[in-house]
Amino acid sequence: MHTSTTFQPIAPRPAPVNTEGPAAWIKSNLLADWKTTLSTLIVGGILLWYVPQILSWALFKAHWAADFNLCKIEGAGACWGVVTEKYRAIIFGRYPFDEQWRPLVATVLLTGLLVASCMRVFWRAWLPILWLVVLALFFVLMYGNVAGLSQVDTDRWGGLPLTILLASLSLVASFPIALLVALGRRSNLPAIKTFCTIYVELIRGVPLISVLFMASFMFPLFMPQGVQIDVLLRVLVGITLFAAAYSAEVIRGGLQAVPKGQVEAAATLGLSYWQTQRKIVLPQALAMVVPGIMNNFISTFKDTSLVAIVSLYELMGAMKMAVNSDADWRPYIMEGYFFIALIYFVFCFAMSRYSHWVEKQVNKSKLR
Amino acid sequence: MNPGSPPKKNNWSWRSQAFRGVVYQIVAIAAITGVVWFLAHNTLVNMRIRGIQSGFDFLAQSAGFDIGESLYPFDSDESYWRAFLIGITNTLRVAVIGIILATILGTLLGVGRFSRNALVRGLCLSYVELFRNIPVLLQLLLWYVVLTEVLPVSSEAWQLGHFFLSKGGLNYPIPVWATGQLWAAFGIAGSFVLIWLYRRWARLQFEATGQPRSGFWLPLLILVACSLLGWALGGAPTELNYPVRGEFSIEDGGALTPEFLAVLLGLTLYTASFIAEVVRGGIASVARGQGEAASALGLNRNQEMRLVMLPQALRVIIPPLTNQYLNLTKNSSLAVAIGYPDVVSIANTALNQTGRAVECISIVMLVYLITSLGTSLLMNWYNSRAAIKER
Repeated sequence: MHTSTTFQPIAPRPAPVNTEGPAAWIKSNLLADWKTTLSTLIVGGILLWYVPQILSWALFKAHWAADFNLCKIEGAGACWGVVTEKYRAIIFGRYPFDEQWRPLVATVLLTGLLVASCMRVFWRAWLPILWLVVLALFFVLMYGNVAGLSQVDTDRWGGLPLTILLASLSLVASFPIALLVALGRRSNLPAIKTFCTIYVELIRGVPLISVLFMASFMFPLFMPQGVQIDVLLRVLVGITLFAAAYSAEVIRGGLQAVPKGQVEAAATLGLSYWQTQRKIVLPQALAMVVPGIMNNFISTFKDTSLVAIVSLYELMGAMKMAVNSDADWRPYIMEGYFFIALIYFVFCFAMSRYSHWVEKQVNKSKLR
Repeated sequence: MNPGSPPKKNNWSWRSQAFRGVVYQIVAIAAITGVVWFLAHNTLVNMRIRGIQSGFDFLAQSAGFDIGESLYPFDSDESYWRAFLIGITNTLRVAVIGIILATILGTLLGVGRFSRNALVRGLCLSYVELFRNIPVLLQLLLWYVVLTEVLPVSSEAWQLGHFFLSKGGLNYPIPVWATGQLWAAFGIAGSFVLIWLYRRWARLQFEATGQPRSGFWLPLLILVACSLLGWALGGAPTELNYPVRGEFSIEDGGALTPEFLAVLLGLTLYTASFIAEVVRGGIASVARGQGEAASALGLNRNQEMRLVMLPQALRVIIPPLTNQYLNLTKNSSLAVAIGYPDVVSIANTALNQTGRAVECISIVMLVYLITSLGTSLLMNWYNSRAAIKER
C-alpha cells in the first residue's frame, strides 16, 4: 500500500507578545487582570487626590522668606521661613555664631572620612590612624583654645556636628569592645563567657533612654571624690556601651558563620588561639558582618536624637530650642520637624543603600 | 625514628591550655570585681558626702503628684509604688496595642511588596523607606505636634458618628457595663473550648478520611454564636455611653489622650516598617519550587499559602519579629519626651522629687529586663514549636 502525504500548511504562529517597553510593563504590572486593574484604580485615585494637595501645601503655596507675617495669611501653605530664619541655629545649635565655620569644617572632615571609610580603596592599614587624626582635629576645631581659636565648651556644642560626632565616635569606640565581647561569648572559658553573656543580655534588655539616664544621673556618683566628667563624655560612654552590645551580637553571628573546619585546620597547623582568630576567623567573619555593623550604625545615628532628653542639644534638640525660644516662629515648629526629618532621612537612606550594596558585594562570591 | 612517648605535660605550666584558661578567668573575675567594688565604693562615699539617702523605703511614701491618665484611679496621696504600678500598666498598654497594630500593618505592607500591582508595590516600598529612616523620637514628637496643634479645639472637634477627634484626643462611645457583657465573655470563653474540641475532631477526621474541614469559618461562626448567645442570655444590653460636646471639652464616653495617641501612632508606624521588611524577607526566603510543587499537587492558592508557604516563612520570620516586638516595648520609653506617664516618666518624676537616682533607674531597668526576658522566653517557646522537626 502506498500512502501519499500531501502538503498541509499549518496555521501561522501568532506574533510573540510584546514583553518589553512601557506599554507591556503597564499591561502586566497595572492592568493584568480585573483585580490588579481595580487596585490600580483605587490606589491611583487616592494618590491623585492627596499628592497634589501635599505638593501644593509643601511647595506651591509655601512661603520661603523669613517673614512670619506671610504665613499668617489664610490659605498659606508650609512656612519654610522658619528654616530660612533659623537654619544656622538648627544645624549648629548654641555654638557661637561667628565661630560656626569651625563645626562646619569639622563636620565636613568627619563626614568625608565616614564616606571614605565606606570605599574599598581606603581599606588600608592606615585608615584607623587617619580616624584618630581626624577625630583629634575635630576636637581641636570644636574645642579651640589652641592656635588662636577661642575656647568653646562642650555644653555649647550642638546640632548636626554633635549628632555625627556621637554616632561615629561611639561606632569607632564600640567596635573593639564588641569584638572582644563577641569572642568572649564564644569562648570555652565559663567565667568569661558568663560575663560577656550577662553584659550583652543586660544591655539589650533595657532601653537606651535608661542607659542615658544612668549616664546623666548615676555616673557622677560612680566617680571618685573631686573627679568631674563632662556630660558629653558621659553620654558618649553610655551610647558606646549600648552600641557595643548590639554590635557584639552582629559580630557573633559572623563568627558562627565561619565553618568549623577552618578553626580545626588552623589548630592542625599549630596556630594559637589568637593567631587563629586574627588570621583565619576574623578576616572571614568581619567581611560578612559589614552590612550588619552598618545597620547598627544607622540605628545609632537615629538613636542619638535621644540625647536631647538628657539636655544635650544635638540636631533635634537644637531645632526645638531654636524654634521654641522664639514666640513668633513657635507655631511653625512642624516645618522645623519636617526639615530635620529630611536631614535624618538623607543620611540614613544613603547609608542603608550603601549597606544593601555591600551585602550584594559580600554575597557575590556565593552566587557563582 | 623512634617516636617515643610524648613529653609529659605539666598541668601547672604556662604551656598548658587548661592552666592558662584558669589564670585568664581568675584575672577577669578579679578585674571585674575590682571595678564593681571601686564604683560601688565611690557611690557610697559620694552619697554619704552629699547626704543622699538610699534604699527603697521611699516607695511606701506618698507620691504627691498626679498622673494624667491611668487604667484605674490614682490620687496624689497614694504611695510611690502605686505610681510605679500605674506607669508599668501604661507602658504595657501602649506596647501591647502597638504590637498588635504594628503586626497587622507590617504584615499587610510586607505582603504588599509581592503584589502584582506596581502601584501597591511602590507604595509599600516608599512607606518602609520613609518611616524606618526617620528617628522614632522625631516621629513621636511630630505626631504630638500634629495632634495638639493642627487638630481643632474641643468645642470644634471633628465628628464622625459618635466619635470625636480634637486637641483633647479621641472620644468614643463605650458600652455601659452590665451583666450582659459578662455573659458574653463567658460565651467567648465557652466558644474557645468548643473550637478546640471541633479542631481536634476535624484533625482526627482528616487523618481518617482525608477530608479537610473548614478551619476558619466554622470556628468563627462558633465564636460569634456563643458570644451572641451569652449576650442574649444576659438580657441583651444595648446601652452605650456616648460622648457629647460639653462646654469646654468632650464629656462622657471613652477617651484616649493625645499623648497616648501620639505614642501609639509613632511606635506603630515606625515598627510596622521594620516588621514589613521582616515579613518580606521571610516570604522571599521560601524557595520558589515550594509554591510550584504545591500547585502541582493540586492545592489552591489559599491552601498553598496556608499549608506550604506560611509554615516555612514563619520559621524565618519569628526570631526577628520577636526582636521588633522587644524594640517597640523598649521604644515606648520615649513616651517620657511627650509626657505620657509610662514607667520611665514616673521614675523620672520620682527621681527628681526624691533624688534616689540609683533606685529609680534600677526599677526602670528591672521592669524592661523582665518584660524583655519574658517576651523572649514566650517567643522562644513558640519558635521551638514552629522550628523544623529534624531527625
